[in-house]
Amino acid sequence: MRKVGVQCRNIRLAYGPTEVLKGINLDVEPGEFFALLGPSGSGKSTLLRLIAGFSRHQQGQLLVDGVDITGKAPWQRNIGMVFQSYALWPHLSVWDNVAFGLVERRLDKHSIKAKVGSVLEMVGLSRYAQRRPNQLSGGQQQRVALARTIVVEPQVLLLDEPLSNLDRALRVQMRQELLALQRRLGITTVFVTHDQEEAMTTADRMAVLDKGVVQQAGAPATLYDHPVNVFVAGFVGTMNLLPGRVRARRGDTLTLEVEGVGELSFPRLAELPDADSIVVSFRPHSLRLDGADAARDARYVWLPGTVETSEFSGEFTRYRVRVGPHSLAVDQPHHAGLSKFPVGGAVSLGLESSQLRFFAA
Amino acid sequence: MTGRPGIWLAGLLALAFLLLFLVLPVARVFVTAFVDGDGSPTLGHFGAFFAQGLMRESFFNSLYVATMSAVFAALIAVPLAYFTVRFQFRGAILIQTLGVLPLIMPPFVGAVAMQLIYGRSGSLNLLLNEHLGFTLPLMQGLNGVIFVEAIHYFPFILLNLTVALRNIDGAMEEAAMNLGCRGWRLFWRVIFPLGAPGFVAGASLVFVKVFDDLGTPLVLGQTNLLAPQAYLRITQVGLEDPLGYVISVIMIVFSIAAMALSARLLRGRDYSTIQKGGVGIQRRRLSAPGALAAYGWVGLMLLVTLSPHAGVLLLSFASVWSFSPLPDAYTLAHYATVFQDSSSMIQNTLLYCGLAAGIDVLLGVTIAYLILRTTLPARQWLDWIATASLAVPGIVLAIGYLRLYKGITLPGTDVLLTSTWVMIMLAYAVRRLPYALRSCVAALQQLHLSLEEAAESLGATKLRAIRRVVVPLMAGGILAGFVTSFITAAVELSATILLVSADSQAPMSYGIYLYMQSIAGRGPGAALGVLAILVVALGTYLSNVVVERTGQRFESRVVDEDLPPLPVAAAPAKA
Repeated sequence: MRKVGVQCRNIRLAYGPTEVLKGINLDVEPGEFFALLGPSGSGKSTLLRLIAGFSRHQQGQLLVDGVDITGKAPWQRNIGMVFQSYALWPHLSVWDNVAFGLVERRLDKHSIKAKVGSVLEMVGLSRYAQRRPNQLSGGQQQRVALARTIVVEPQVLLLDEPLSNLDRALRVQMRQELLALQRRLGITTVFVTHDQEEAMTTADRMAVLDKGVVQQAGAPATLYDHPVNVFVAGFVGTMNLLPGRVRARRGDTLTLEVEGVGELSFPRLAELPDADSIVVSFRPHSLRLDGADAARDARYVWLPGTVETSEFSGEFTRYRVRVGPHSLAVDQPHHAGLSKFPVGGAVSLGLESSQLRFFAA
Repeated sequence: MTGRPGIWLAGLLALAFLLLFLVLPVARVFVTAFVDGDGSPTLGHFGAFFAQGLMRESFFNSLYVATMSAVFAALIAVPLAYFTVRFQFRGAILIQTLGVLPLIMPPFVGAVAMQLIYGRSGSLNLLLNEHLGFTLPLMQGLNGVIFVEAIHYFPFILLNLTVALRNIDGAMEEAAMNLGCRGWRLFWRVIFPLGAPGFVAGASLVFVKVFDDLGTPLVLGQTNLLAPQAYLRITQVGLEDPLGYVISVIMIVFSIAAMALSARLLRGRDYSTIQKGGVGIQRRRLSAPGALAAYGWVGLMLLVTLSPHAGVLLLSFASVWSFSPLPDAYTLAHYATVFQDSSSMIQNTLLYCGLAAGIDVLLGVTIAYLILRTTLPARQWLDWIATASLAVPGIVLAIGYLRLYKGITLPGTDVLLTSTWVMIMLAYAVRRLPYALRSCVAALQQLHLSLEEAAESLGATKLRAIRRVVVPLMAGGILAGFVTSFITAAVELSATILLVSADSQAPMSYGIYLYMQSIAGRGPGAALGVLAILVVALGTYLSNVVVERTGQRFESRVVDEDLPPLPVAAAPAKA
């Protein structure tokens, strides 16, 4: 199968006065598994439906395989979509659901039979072919929806929150199956989700949308390690934010006045924004947690704090530590025999400068 | 999607139908009521109307009868609805039966039988007089109309209220009890207010139906009501008499007012508060005296609501029945007469109602699709106009047709358009359109848009997607709409009575009415009535079965989460 790319060029869409997409620019590479991540109302589903042809942008270009398909009807696009609700037709059997698109393409009976048979085999549902959709479990229905879409060999596969209707354990299994299938078929796939874990674990690359704008696009690790703004930082993974006012930028040192903490000095980094107010951000697991009386390693910037809560989740313990008026999340890996910091106890938080990100406030 | 010519065409065709056969005829009635002989606008006809004692009396009688019918219907329906929802009640099935039985018999058919049972010299009063020495004036004058109508229309309240009560979240009641509210206070402060929207919807429907009814008062000989007066004016004084139009306008205004009032009361009051996974209000065990009262009431109501059916059945087999509690002798002759004389009536009913119901579902599907799935400008108007026909009494529509199409002949012939059966059929189609439309809208609303989009993304064009996915999935709703339109059209009398211009055109409903005019015709009339009831009952049953089956299709059954392991082909590739 020839792999095709999808490109959005400055796409704008408004419903009346409400702007939903405000100039979307995206490149989905051929054969890529691409995730659109964003909170509800960010425009991610609208963008997906637009690629499928169910809504129409007022401005910009939508290129599939280099051809602008704006204005083409959904049935002329050969872009497959798996719906959040699966949209399996209750009046048709599993077999007829899957055969639907092939019938529309006027394939002869023989090829339809062969193709439907093999795709049902592929998703492991051959023995359910004569069932009605409502006689299947959620996971089975999801596979039928997927089979129905890929059997017509679309150029692009769109997945609209395909896992959101499944329970957690099944979601992880289906996620892996989806990815394996996509790898095998090599089909360009765009996947909409609001679950950042789902996006990061599956996608080759992803884009974070908010308020109708692509905030950042790139590989999951890039977005995680180098978020471009506070929104992306907070939406992809958990992020602590510590706002402060710039007191001095001298030599290779930045001095910040942080409310309730006092002056803190950080090494000046290249990406430091030129602003009077700066937000220092860091991930919970990048922090070092010590007793208040422990010796302080000079490679860290130390903050005094008090443990507010602790949640034990097995792999690690998440503490909330109060530092002045701020409440910071700190993850400590757990090992057998390791004693926990007591709630109410005084602690020191060590920030490692290489793990810090600075944003203009 | 507004740019599609097909959508515009469909919208314009539907609009043209509604304009030609609903809006313009009714508008013509209004215009005639408000203009003078020389064409200048006037309110004089209304002055003339209220100057006549008979008209004033008819007006107040109509209001009185409609109001009292709603009150009595409520007295019957509210306890029944409450019993079924509130208590562990063996009679639930009985009450559900009660809910449909009256509806399957047109009230004017039952009226004659009710005379024989509850009339001054009917079965009940004969027995009462003989054993207890007094009689009940149940069927005297307007009482008779109220009695017959209340018995016939109480199911509207029962059905609406039952649904409303069933949808109340049990937690609503529990919260009230938790705060110390119980017994009657619980009912009046929490349960009834939450069910009230259903009650209001049902009661206003009863009011409108009774206010507009022509058949029942005519059969009972009560002509000092608005609808009979309009009929008499048009048939006896003539199509030019303005008072007929004035009455028509008054009837429409009151119908619209009653519906608008109920819509206003209901606005923003969807109390279907039951949550996903929630349960309705708790069923309680009845105390012994409570059970006695409940079963007693249900039994009595069942007896009363069944009495017209039983009466018609008896009458259809009775050779002589007068001044005796039961017929004196039985015969099958009436059925023979009916089959000999009236087979054309049965055929006419099948023809008119079949065509009318066909038009209704066609329009229903079209309008439902236009309003729910397209962005056609002003598409809601199609819905509003079609639904507005609920407020147009049959007799008014008929008067509108006669007036608007007066003198127009079929192209190429001398046959007057208004003298053909097509007019009867169209009146049926227009009057029953709201039923088919609601049914189609409900069916389409159940269908998630993505079912259609999935078909389109797999390569089906709009029309193909509608044909292969939308219509098959709506089939249950479409069929239910067809049947509802068909059976209610089969017992329509008020438009029929004015539009039938020759005996050969008469459908069953008109035949029953004609027979019932004479004492000798009662037997055959009842026999024809029994046949009509059978048709309607069968249709109702069929549509219920279909609707239930379709409903099941959309319910998902609980299935074990049994995912077979993926075969090798789809398993994650090894690096």
